[in-house]
Amino acid sequence: MRDLTNEILELIRRTSSSLPPDVEKRLRESIEKEEPGSAARGALETILKNIDLSRANSTPICQDTGTPIFYVHYPLGWSTIKLKAQIRAAMAEATKRSYMRPNAVDAIYDKNTGNNLGGDDFPYVHFEETESDDLTIELMLKGGGCENVGRQYSLPDNSVGAGRDLAGVRKVVLDAVQKAQGQGCAPGILGVAIGGDRGSSYIKSKEVLFSEMGTRNEDPKLAELEERLTSEANQMGIGPMGFGGKTTVLDTKITGLSRLPASYFVSVSYMCWAYRRRKMTVKGGEVTYD
Amino acid sequence: MKQITTPITDEIIRDLKVGDAVSLSGMMVTGRDAAHKWMIETFIKKTRPPQGDDLQVYEELKKLLAGSVIYHCGPVVTGLDTKEYKIIAAGPTTSIREEPYQADVMKHFNVKGVIGKGGMGAKTLKGCEETPGVYFHAIGGAASFLAQTVKKVHGVFKLDFGVPEAMWVIEVKDFPVVVTMDSHGGSQHSVIDDSSKKVLDDLLAQPY
Repeated sequence: MRDLTNEILELIRRTSSSLPPDVEKRLRESIEKEEPGSAARGALETILKNIDLSRANSTPICQDTGTPIFYVHYPLGWSTIKLKAQIRAAMAEATKRSYMRPNAVDAIYDKNTGNNLGGDDFPYVHFEETESDDLTIELMLKGGGCENVGRQYSLPDNSVGAGRDLAGVRKVVLDAVQKAQGQGCAPGILGVAIGGDRGSSYIKSKEVLFSEMGTRNEDPKLAELEERLTSEANQMGIGPMGFGGKTTVLDTKITGLSRLPASYFVSVSYMCWAYRRRKMTVKGGEVTYD
Repeated sequence: MKQITTPITDEIIRDLKVGDAVSLSGMMVTGRDAAHKWMIETFIKKTRPPQGDDLQVYEELKKLLAGSVIYHCGPVVTGLDTKEYKIIAAGPTTSIREEPYQADVMKHFNVKGVIGKGGMGAKTLKGCEETPGVYFHAIGGAASFLAQTVKKVHGVFKLDFGVPEAMWVIEVKDFPVVVTMDSHGGSQHSVIDDSSKKVLDDLLAQPY
């Protein structure tokens, strides 16, 4: 089996320093919606300068290089034990090269490990066998500021009058956006999971953020709700950084999963504008990056 | 845009109002969760006895923070092996986590400004009136851009907290911020919170 440590290191470098083109495009479009001379427009202009600078210098877009979340789809024959060891080795090297800030802190003893390797769960790695011949590794870096403003609701929720249906889902998602204000580094992207248990629901609300900006759920009912939530969130006037303005949410992604008869969870993962996600594909002997 | 260099006088602070764009220069110190908890417990509430170099650092901090600025930031730093530190990514972290501590730290050390993102609450706003001081909002996530304003790293305290949590003494030139909480009780954050809540209530009242 091929050693991919260096290729994964390159994936980490790209993810941390080069924002995906679909996200950058949305940010550039949103500038035109903000008043010239406003703090909102100024914030977006600085954000765009920062995107260019990070890419040119291979420096982190954001100093909070976040929780590293890897999704690996592997064909039969690859060892997940070896792949995980390679991911961990690449992460330690990426930290040494300052593509990543040392971000793994022992929660009991408050010690930073210094190399982004925590217990078995840091970095987070999810493996899925695929019938395809290609191996893919996707990486998302999710900062702590936006992670902290994520919310989970158990419906019904009387505080906002949310029942157990899509009308209730709409209400709690809007509530989450209002409560987040600018603290999750708005403009944000919303990952929403409906159903599941508390754990699976939160995981799916992040997984849905791996898809491209603007792609809609195949179910027309959910696709419509995605569009509506983005539009209504932007009516609240929170704006970039919470300075006030028209651009609060860039996109919304919703997914549904099975739930118990007793439970109806809605999980909202808020992704900051520094929406760092990249993918590498190993096809035959060749490695390519999206 | 107003040009301000640390140390900052009370007169300059009183002159600043919510919405003012400011370009900051001079010395400042980074400090976030671990640093604030440590300062409060060890020197202000004194619930924890000083240990190691605590008292020595306290004397240094008193000099550095008087009239100066605390920056809520956990930077990415190169040169850790050689101690030739260079900050390559240094955007603000979310400030509200320091809400229990900030006002007391400002008053104790006579800190004139706090830089962060997301704004802070009523206790800090009162601290801004009393100290007096202001809250400067930097652009969250603009880490490479803001690192370019850091001209020199003068030193570091409490590196045992870890690189992000340590207190980095930095000199900046033209660090761009917006005043979002002033020393007269003004807060852009409470204004936006209230107005967005009104819109939310209207949206929730609409049929699906």
